[in-house]
Amino acid sequence: MNRFKEKMIRRFFQLNGLFVIFVLIGIFVLLIRNSYPAFREIGVWNFFSSAEWNPTSFTGPKYGILAQVYSSLIVTFGAMLIAVPLGVATAAYISEVAGPGVKNILKPTIEILAGIPSVVLGFMGIVVIGPLIARVFNLNQGLNAINGSILLGIMALPTITSLSEDAISAVAKKYKEASYGLGANRWQTLVSVVIPSALSGIIASIMLGMGRAIGETMAVLMATGNSPAMPENIFDSLRTMTATIAIELGEVPFNTTHYYALFAVGLILFIMTFLVNLVSDIILHKYQEVD
Amino acid sequence: MSRKYKQFFGFMALRLAGLIVLFVLFYIIYDIVSKGLSSINWEFISQPPRRGMTEGGIYPAIVGTFYVTVITALVSVPLGMFGAIYLNEYAKKGRLSRLIRMAIRNLAGVPSIVFGLFGVALFVQWFNFGPSLISAGFTLGLMTLPVTITASEEALKTVPDAYRKGSLALGATRWETIKTNVLPLAIPGMMTGSILGLARAAGETAPILFTGAAFFLPHLPDSPFSQFMALPYHLYILATQHHNISVVRPIAYATALVLIVLVLLINLTAIILRIKYRKKFENK
Repeated sequence: MNRFKEKMIRRFFQLNGLFVIFVLIGIFVLLIRNSYPAFREIGVWNFFSSAEWNPTSFTGPKYGILAQVYSSLIVTFGAMLIAVPLGVATAAYISEVAGPGVKNILKPTIEILAGIPSVVLGFMGIVVIGPLIARVFNLNQGLNAINGSILLGIMALPTITSLSEDAISAVAKKYKEASYGLGANRWQTLVSVVIPSALSGIIASIMLGMGRAIGETMAVLMATGNSPAMPENIFDSLRTMTATIAIELGEVPFNTTHYYALFAVGLILFIMTFLVNLVSDIILHKYQEVD
Repeated sequence: MSRKYKQFFGFMALRLAGLIVLFVLFYIIYDIVSKGLSSINWEFISQPPRRGMTEGGIYPAIVGTFYVTVITALVSVPLGMFGAIYLNEYAKKGRLSRLIRMAIRNLAGVPSIVFGLFGVALFVQWFNFGPSLISAGFTLGLMTLPVTITASEEALKTVPDAYRKGSLALGATRWETIKTNVLPLAIPGMMTGSILGLARAAGETAPILFTGAAFFLPHLPDSPFSQFMALPYHLYILATQHHNISVVRPIAYATALVLIVLVLLINLTAIILRIKYRKKFENK
């Protein structure tokens, strides 16, 4: 009897562990199931080859995803231009240069920054960064691609900083000592020994930050102006995949082509972030094995 | 340039990066506190919005966020704890536990708006809960699961193996060992980590946009199947959707302040809890 009970308890916990896999597969299956009618109606080729997204057009609805994908990628790219140098430099500073006092200020700072809700950052995009961009570049208003990039950069910063710091701190002491022994100073050691040894961890952290940036909704929704056309320069208003779902899902009746098309956008988004995370995972795994 | 100068300027650049990060956080908090504090008073915390949200308070939004966070906790904390117990106490190192860990990491990377779509399709439509506290809470609960499961596993890992082996050697079963020798030590750590995850969930907007958050409700939700107002959604409305954005700007600032304070308070609770329990164990 007791053994039976033990077995059942074990089974119970195992089911809970497996539940995570069910959820992940469940999300994937539901996205496919609800995208399928859209692909059938719109046509896979039309969906992926057109940049025109206008579900309520008088001349017949247009469902082209290209402008949104491009917008998501361009804002994310801009965010990485900000977050990668800043994040990696801060990580190097925390683990290699800063004294314990500074460390004890900077580390919680980064944790608090990570905890600020995205809607609050989006609000900052409207009230602080937008007017600033408008003034500096002499524009009518500052809700555009750079605004979104700055916000996403701030959002990706904690991920990149804390994981890069882990990678940099994990570099074996003997490498550094060997470098000092050869007469290199701390800067030379950092640039030519520590950073290269931690590189795979740093790259993995960048990929994770990038995954977060692509999938972020509220900040870009509030700060990029949401014009659905293909953006031409960094001062253009644009609309990402996430923003499109957020804006339109509330307005469409259930089980229409438009509704399913939004799930199709979600599916593409899911696949993109999944791949980015997977690559990050593979890099990190390799790096752990080497160590 | 001599290498000494290179080092000087190099370290200077790194220090500058650190300062920029510090400045960003400082400025966000400064801006919100300085412009939000003047609108905060007892009425703002305890009254519903009035006159098309241009007056009154945000009481229903505070209550709604509280309710939805409780449901989130009811879903994600037990599931996370049980899952972690399997991973750390039962699972052998093999393909299955590797697969589960991979699923956890990938689930953590799923965009919040995709969780919103999932919640609409599964809870709102399929289970027919409609847009409600329960649909939103379940959606947020599943989204928080990777955090609670990882935090719980970290806590279980801190329990020394000797505690398990001693108990098993005395003839206790695996479950008895977990119940009496592992969980009492691990639960405070599990709670701390889980609360940190809940703080994040409380500030999320995208997953609740279509699963239950309401633009405006004159009364509090009276059942798990009611729609609700929520602080982050309320801030979104005040900042972008309101018909008179400049008039409600001070209220938006004050809402942002309340939201940030709330999130920081939940974080602080977790930290205090951790310190308290650590002391308790040291005394034993």
